[in-house]
Amino acid sequence: MRLVLDAEQQQLRSSVRKLLADHAPPARVRAVMDGEDGCDRELWRRITDQLGLAGLVVPEEHGGAGAGHVERAIVLEELGRTLAPVPFFASAVLATDTALALGDSELLPRLASGEVIGALAVSKTWGPLDVRATEHDGGWTLDGQAPFVISGDIADTVYVHNGDWFAVSEGFTRTTLHTLDPTRRIARLDFAGTPARRLSASDGALARVRDLAAVALAAEQVGGMGRVLETTADYAKVRVQFGRAIGSYQGVKHRLADMYSAYERAESLLRHAAWSADHDAEGLPLAAATTQAFVGPACFQAAADGVQLHGGIGYTWEHHAHLYYKRAKTSELLFAGGRGDLARRLGLEPT
Amino acid sequence: MTDDFRARVRDWLAANVPDSSEDAPAEELIATAKRFQAALHDAGLAGITWPSQFGGQGRSAAEQQIFDEEAAAHELPTGVFLIGLGMCGPTLVDLGSTEQKARYVRPLLRGEEIWCQLFSEPGAGSDVASLQTRAVRDGDSWVVNGQKVWTSGAQWSDHGALLARTNPDQPKHKGLTMFVVDMHAPGVTVRPLRDMTGRAPFNEVYFDDVRLPADAVLGEVDAGWFAAVTMLGHERVSIGGSVRRRYDPLAYHNLVELARTRNRLDDPLVRDGLAALYTAERALSLFNARLRQEADAGSPPGARGSVAKLAGAELLWQAVHVAGLIAGLDAAAWDPGSAEGDELAVAINATPASSIAGGTDQVQRNIIGDRILGLPRDPVADRDIPFRELRVGTQA
Ligand SMILES: Cc1cc2nc3c(=O)[nH]c(=O)nc-3n(C[C@H](O)[C@H](O)[C@H](O)COP(=O)(O)OP(=O)(O)OC[C@H]3O[C@@H](n4cnc5c(N)ncnc54)[C@H](O)[C@@H]3O)c2cc1C
Repeated sequence: MRLVLDAEQQQLRSSVRKLLADHAPPARVRAVMDGEDGCDRELWRRITDQLGLAGLVVPEEHGGAGAGHVERAIVLEELGRTLAPVPFFASAVLATDTALALGDSELLPRLASGEVIGALAVSKTWGPLDVRATEHDGGWTLDGQAPFVISGDIADTVYVHNGDWFAVSEGFTRTTLHTLDPTRRIARLDFAGTPARRLSASDGALARVRDLAAVALAAEQVGGMGRVLETTADYAKVRVQFGRAIGSYQGVKHRLADMYSAYERAESLLRHAAWSADHDAEGLPLAAATTQAFVGPACFQAAADGVQLHGGIGYTWEHHAHLYYKRAKTSELLFAGGRGDLARRLGLEPT
Repeated sequence: MTDDFRARVRDWLAANVPDSSEDAPAEELIATAKRFQAALHDAGLAGITWPSQFGGQGRSAAEQQIFDEEAAAHELPTGVFLIGLGMCGPTLVDLGSTEQKARYVRPLLRGEEIWCQLFSEPGAGSDVASLQTRAVRDGDSWVVNGQKVWTSGAQWSDHGALLARTNPDQPKHKGLTMFVVDMHAPGVTVRPLRDMTGRAPFNEVYFDDVRLPADAVLGEVDAGWFAAVTMLGHERVSIGGSVRRRYDPLAYHNLVELARTRNRLDDPLVRDGLAALYTAERALSLFNARLRQEADAGSPPGARGSVAKLAGAELLWQAVHVAGLIAGLDAAAWDPGSAEGDELAVAINATPASSIAGGTDQVQRNIIGDRILGLPRDPVADRDIPFRELRVGTQA
């Protein structure tokens, strides 16, 4: 079990961090967030073409980088730190993991290159959708609704799970939902005679995708926590009240210390879960569920404390603290199964 | 290679850990502990990361981790050596003279000598640098007078790491020296002190004209604060890093068992509490594993040990909460024949110690804030004032 990053992985972190510092500063994130489709296409091209990050976990024979989940987690941490508005989570995580789990070699290389933006449609509780599939003349059409699809508003191709697996690319309507988190769009998709490509089913595909999604999301959350910790500690060093920097007051200092302590533990769980994704398939489900159950609430607590410790300025629209707050609450809810799900995995069933 | 090591540790522990019986008299427990520690050393499993020239094994932190993981399944009888092995020994290795290392380290690893830490005083706990115990030079030796308190294990210790004031004209941090004290020396009096569990694992220790030789100084004269900080760093890692033992009634596994036998898993609050406890245990143990891997790679934990210490205390409080959810009023009153009730009560009553001993939670948070996050320190009233002009503790 390896919990520390090697030199190459640290190098990856610095190059992603540098790219995002140059091309996804807060002002840019806000401009995109208020813009037409909520996606920074230019940044997405840099991430995919320039650095080839969308296919990190895709084997080389399918056009990917053949790296692993530890590497992907590093990228996600950086994206979570900056809230960069790109469809990485939907496409390079959810859709790519689905393509891998189902062996969809048709789409895999195009997801890996970033040429196609993918998404995944499952029920809000990560189960099959209530969507009807009809076969005719060797083809399939879908009817029904996917109520909640991350980046579903811009995805070129969406995997749809209704017990069986399909991929759709056109012939459906998208309604961009109002979201708590303005930096990540979520859409409702309505299918009506929507032409679909049927994929051969694969046992355990959904569970695998879900576990990997939990790890990926945790990486984003840990990155967000790290950023909140840094900016809040920095602010506590310069904001003076009653003649002292507020960070010298223990009411402030101790909350930051607790934030740091939670952050260190969250990072440790993440490193282990990402390592498990590559090296311990059997241990992954528990590691992923444990990680989410800890990181979700911890990240929200950090974001809430981040607002609190910035005082009035933190509650102000112009300040970035609220963006982390909204992202953190949303991410926590994305795996709302949380501890209940973990309790089941631990075998803590009612007698 | 590590798999071999794991297998060796596992087999050895399975064959050699003695049956525990908490009720045995103290002398018997100590005799058992000493035999076990010597056997551990003979098997090449004591002082795993310590330098081999002084009796350690010179192995990696990763191997220490393996040992700890395997040991967690057992109840090792070695509690009396925790302060010596976790704190005094590592400080000796860091700061001791060659003679001191040669004299003390191997006996410590072999369990021949027990150590205690003589820092706290009635007027100097968190602010340990304000301590009053004096060591005055007299020719080649030092004469010590003063009182220590809450000294764990002093009643069976052979040596103590003593912090005493050697220069009251200096500000409080600059006039301290650390000494190695022979606990059997004339003038040392140990009086047991009861804690809130009703047991007496710690003591008051009095020094009346206790004479120490010149070579009792550990580190440099008047540089005792540096030595103390060194030892406190080891202490945090050692306290925080000790994994929850399987036999601890507040460990996740045992609370699950308790919930099962009492049919309490029907309660969603119990299930939620247990799941939360599981995540917290995993988070802490993975954090500790990460610190060790970083240490192997050349970066020691430093102040991050405070995270382990703080999170360890938090974990216990969380476990007390869950234990209460499960046991309900049975944790408040139980049949005189129920060992389970007694054990749970001791565990509940001992929990505040985790937030006080080895530096309180508040002090750990100050360390994290000041040393890791670089926040401005509390204004200090006394840093540059000579000690003799200070008001300390509760005395005006
Ligand atoms: C079980 C146990 C075993 C022990 N074993 C040993 C031992 O072997 N050797 C030894 O030398 N000592 C030992 N101690 C003593 C221990 O180190 C002290 O109790 C501890 O450092 C706290 O000091 P204090 O008790 O004087 O509390 P105080 O320092 O008086 O603290 C009282 C309260 O004030 C808070 N406080 C104090 N200063 C600050 C500050 N700057 N900022 C915020 N809050 C503050 C504390 O957090 C605490 O809540 C032991 C204690 C216990 C409980």
